[in-house]
Amino acid sequence: MFMYDLTVAEGAAPGSDGAPPHRETPPLSSFLATDRRGFMAGAGAFAVGIVLANGPARADSTAGGLAAVKGGDATPGLFIEIAGDGEVRITCHRSEMGQQVWTAIAQIIADELEAPWENVRIVQAIGHPKYGDQNTDGSRSIRWNLYRLRVAGAAMRAMLEQAAADAWGAPRDKVRSRQGVVYGPGWLPILDRKASYGELAAAAAALQPPAEDRITLKSPEDWRYIGKAQPSLTIPSITRGEGTFGMDVRLPDMVYAVVARPPQILGKVVSYDDAAALETPGVLRTARLPDATDPVAFNPLGGVAVIATDTWSAIQGRYALQVEWDEGPNAGHDSAAFEQELAATARRPGEVRRNRGDVDAALSAAETRIAADYYAPHLSQAPMEPPAAAARWTEDGKVECWACTQTPQASRRTVAAVCGVPEDDVTINVTWLGGAFGRKSKPDFVAEAALLAREVGRPVKVVWTREDDLQHGYNHSVSAQHLEGGLDADGACTAFLHRTVFPPIPSTFQSGADNPSWGELQLGASDTPFATPNMRLETGRAKAHLRIGWLRSVANVYHAFAVQSFVHELAAAAGRDPKDYLLEMIGEPRRFDPNTEGAEYGNYGDPLEDYPIDTGRLAHVIRKASEMAGWGRDLPAGRGLGIAAHRSFLSYVATVIEVDVASDGALSIEGAWSAMDAGTVVNTDHARAQMEGGALYGMSNALYGEITAENGVVVQQNFPDWRVMRMAEAPRRFETHIVKSDAPPAGVGEPPTPPAAPALANAIYAASGVRFRRLPMIGPNRDTLPLGRAGDA
Amino acid sequence: MAVKLNINGEIKDVEAAPGAPLLWVLRDHLGMTGTKFGCGVAQCGACTVHVDGVPTRSCVTPHDSLDGVAIETIEGKEGRAAAAVRAAWIDIQVPQCGYCQSGQIMAAIALLEDNPDPTDDDIDAAMSGNVCRCATYVRIRAAIKDAARKL
Repeated sequence: MFMYDLTVAEGAAPGSDGAPPHRETPPLSSFLATDRRGFMAGAGAFAVGIVLANGPARADSTAGGLAAVKGGDATPGLFIEIAGDGEVRITCHRSEMGQQVWTAIAQIIADELEAPWENVRIVQAIGHPKYGDQNTDGSRSIRWNLYRLRVAGAAMRAMLEQAAADAWGAPRDKVRSRQGVVYGPGWLPILDRKASYGELAAAAAALQPPAEDRITLKSPEDWRYIGKAQPSLTIPSITRGEGTFGMDVRLPDMVYAVVARPPQILGKVVSYDDAAALETPGVLRTARLPDATDPVAFNPLGGVAVIATDTWSAIQGRYALQVEWDEGPNAGHDSAAFEQELAATARRPGEVRRNRGDVDAALSAAETRIAADYYAPHLSQAPMEPPAAAARWTEDGKVECWACTQTPQASRRTVAAVCGVPEDDVTINVTWLGGAFGRKSKPDFVAEAALLAREVGRPVKVVWTREDDLQHGYNHSVSAQHLEGGLDADGACTAFLHRTVFPPIPSTFQSGADNPSWGELQLGASDTPFATPNMRLETGRAKAHLRIGWLRSVANVYHAFAVQSFVHELAAAAGRDPKDYLLEMIGEPRRFDPNTEGAEYGNYGDPLEDYPIDTGRLAHVIRKASEMAGWGRDLPAGRGLGIAAHRSFLSYVATVIEVDVASDGALSIEGAWSAMDAGTVVNTDHARAQMEGGALYGMSNALYGEITAENGVVVQQNFPDWRVMRMAEAPRRFETHIVKSDAPPAGVGEPPTPPAAPALANAIYAASGVRFRRLPMIGPNRDTLPLGRAGDA
Repeated sequence: MAVKLNINGEIKDVEAAPGAPLLWVLRDHLGMTGTKFGCGVAQCGACTVHVDGVPTRSCVTPHDSLDGVAIETIEGKEGRAAAAVRAAWIDIQVPQCGYCQSGQIMAAIALLEDNPDPTDDDIDAAMSGNVCRCATYVRIRAAIKDAARKL
C-alpha cells in the first residue's frame, strides 16, 4: 500500500498540544500520518525499532562518507528506512506533481537496494537543505539524482549484506542480496543461510555506510526497475479520490481564507469596509496583508483576507468586501498597446548576444531575403489545483506549513523572511501537487498562509480560486520576435538573424530589470543549432508590468515557436521539403559551444562535456518522428503535416503533427508523432506520458491561451475566457518513441512542450497555406482558425 | 438549518449556509476531499459527482436542493462500470497529477453506465466538460475503450 495522507484527524496532530513537533526523524514525525489504509502496521514496526534509519546515517552525513558524491549527499539514511517488518520507506525529496517522481525515485533506490517493489512506501520529505536541491523544476529531478540515489540504495544494500556477513561469520564476498533477502553460505550448501532485510536492519543500523569507492552499482543490464515501465505508486489512490493535495489539507481548528489582492501589481489598499463581509454567514473576520514592494519576488501581493469557517463562506465574504485601491505604478498597462511596443522594438537593431560570421553582408549578398515577426502572449500555468497552503503556529513562535509547492526550501526561506523568524523555526510539508507547471515554484501563497495563521491565532488554509490564479499569477512572458533569413541561389540558408524581445523573469526579483537574461536566452535562442555560416542573436529591452515567472519549458516555448516556424518559412521560400530543409540547416553531426560565439551559455546548469549540444542526436529524432508519421505521404486536400524539433533541458524532441483544416477554418488535429532522446530514462511509460501531455500542453496554449491586461488588470477570469484544450480538441492518435540511450539522464517533463506549437503552426500552413505568426491561433472566443486574419500574412 | 444528504448510501446531517454548493459541503464540512475544486463555475468538471446517477457539477449545485436524492462521490462510487474504469485507469496509467481525475473517472463511469460501447464521438461528448491540464486525453480515451471492452 502506498497510501499517503496528511489529513489530520481531530486531536491527533503532533504539535497540537503546543509542543514543537519532533524533528529528528522528519519523514515520519512531520507527516501527521493517519493513513487510512494500513499504515498502522508500519507504525507498529516503528515502535519496535526502525532500524536502519536516520540516527547513525545522519551522524555519518556530517562526518563525510557519502555526503558529497556527484549530485549531493548519498548517505542512505537520508533517503531510506527499513522497518522491522521489511517495509522500505523511501524519502522523496522532490515534489510529486504528476511527473511520477515518487515512482521514479522509488525505482532508482529500490533497484540498487534490491528491495521488493511491494514493500516500498514513499515518505515525502519536508523542505530542508540537507536534501540538496529540492526545487522541482528545470526537468532535473532525475538528471541531478539518478547517480546519487543509486549510490544511496547500493550503500544501504551493502550495509545489510555486511550485517549478515558479520552475523554469520561468512566472508563478505559470499553474501548476496536479492529482493529483500540476504543469502550467505552455511556449513553445507543445503544449509545456506538467509535473512530478510527487516531482520537485519537493526544490526545494519550500527554500521557506517561504505565509502563510495567500495560500492558496486548494478550494471544497467541488471536493472530490475530502472528503465522499465514500472506502474505508478500514486495512481491507485487517485482512482479512489485518496491522497492529499495542498487544497485538501485539513487541520484541527482550521479556518479558511481567501484574499482580495490589489488588481494591479504593486497596487495597495487605501482603505476597506468589511461590514458587509462580516455579516456574511460563516465569516469570522478580515485581516490586512502587508503591501507588496518592488521587487515582488516571492512575497505576497498584499490585500485583505476574508477568514471564514469554510471556503465557500470566505468567497461570499470577499464578494461583500469593499476595498479602495491605490492602483500603483502598473496602472495604464494595456496589452494591445504593449504588443505594438514590443513589435516595434523587435524591428529595430538590438544588443548582439551571439554572433557568427557577418549576417549583414550575407543578407546583402543573398539571392532571396525573407523576414517575419512573431508574437506570443502572456500565459498562465493554470494547474488544475489552484495554489493552496495551510499554516499553523505553535505557542513558542514556530510555524508549520503544508503546501503544494515545487520549492519547499524557497518556501521555507520566504516564510521565514516574511514572518521575521529563523528558518529553523519554519517547517514546510509538501503535499501532492495538482499540477504545477512552474506556478508552484513561487511560494507567495505559502507566505500568505503563514502570515494569516499568525494574525488569526488559528490554523489557516489560504485557498486561491481560479480567478485568483489567473488574475494574480506569475505569467509566462509575452514576447515579440523578428527573424530574417537570406538564401543563396540554390536556396541554402546563408544568413539567420533572430531578435527576441520580452520582459525578463529577473524583473520579478530585481526592480526595473528589462533586459532578456542569459538564463532565458539559453532557452532556445543562444543555442540555436544551425550550421548556417552567418548567424546573429539580438535582444531588445522590455519592462514588465505583470509578475513574470516560469512556465513549463519557459522561454523555449516562444523561441522554438519562432525559430522552428521560420525554418519552415525559409523552406517554403526555397521551395524545399521542410523536414529536409530543417535537417540541412542543422547540418552534419557535430558538437558546438555557444560560448565561443559571444553567448554566455549555461547549458541548464550541467557541463557541456557531460551534456554536449549534439546535432546528430537532434537530427536523429527528426528522422525518427518523420518516419513514424509517414512524412511525405499523400494527403487529401485540407490535410497537412508539420514538423518541429528542439533541444531543451538537455533532451532532444522532434514532433510531427497532422491537421485537417476546413475552408471555414475548422481545425482537427488528426495525429501526433513524437520522438525523444533524453539519455537514460528511468520510467519509459511515464516519460511517454510526459511526451503526450507536454505536447498537448503546448498545443493548448498555442491554440487558445492568452493572458491580457487592461489598465494593468488581467482581463481573463476563469475557464470560459482562459481556454484550455478539451477532449474533443485533442488528437485521437499520438505515438511516441523514446530513443534507447546510455547517455546521462536529461530532462523529460519540459522538453516535449517546445516543438508542439511550431509543429502545429507548420502543419496548419501545410494544410491551408496560412501562416500563423501570432499566438494564440484561435483564442478563447472562436470556434475556428481565423484563416483571413492570420499573423501578418 | 440541518439538511440530510444521502452520500454514498449514508445519511449525513449537514449544517451549512443556505445555498452553499455541494462541493464545499463535501470538502469542508464532511472532510470528503476526493471531489476537487478547479473553477467554481462548472467549466472544468473536477467537482463531478453523481446525483441519482447523473454526472453533476457539485460546485454549482446547492446542497440544500438535494433532499431525497442519492449522491455518489469518487470515494464511494462502486459497481461494474466503476470497477472497470478504475482498472483501466490503472492499467493504462492515465493520471498524471491526478487532481482532475476524480471528475474524469466519475464522468467516464456515468458514460459507461449509460452507454457500454461508446464511439469516439460519444467519448468527446461525454468528456469535453472535464478539463485536464496535464492533458491526459489520449489515455483517457484509450482507458474508456479498454473499460468498455471489459464490461
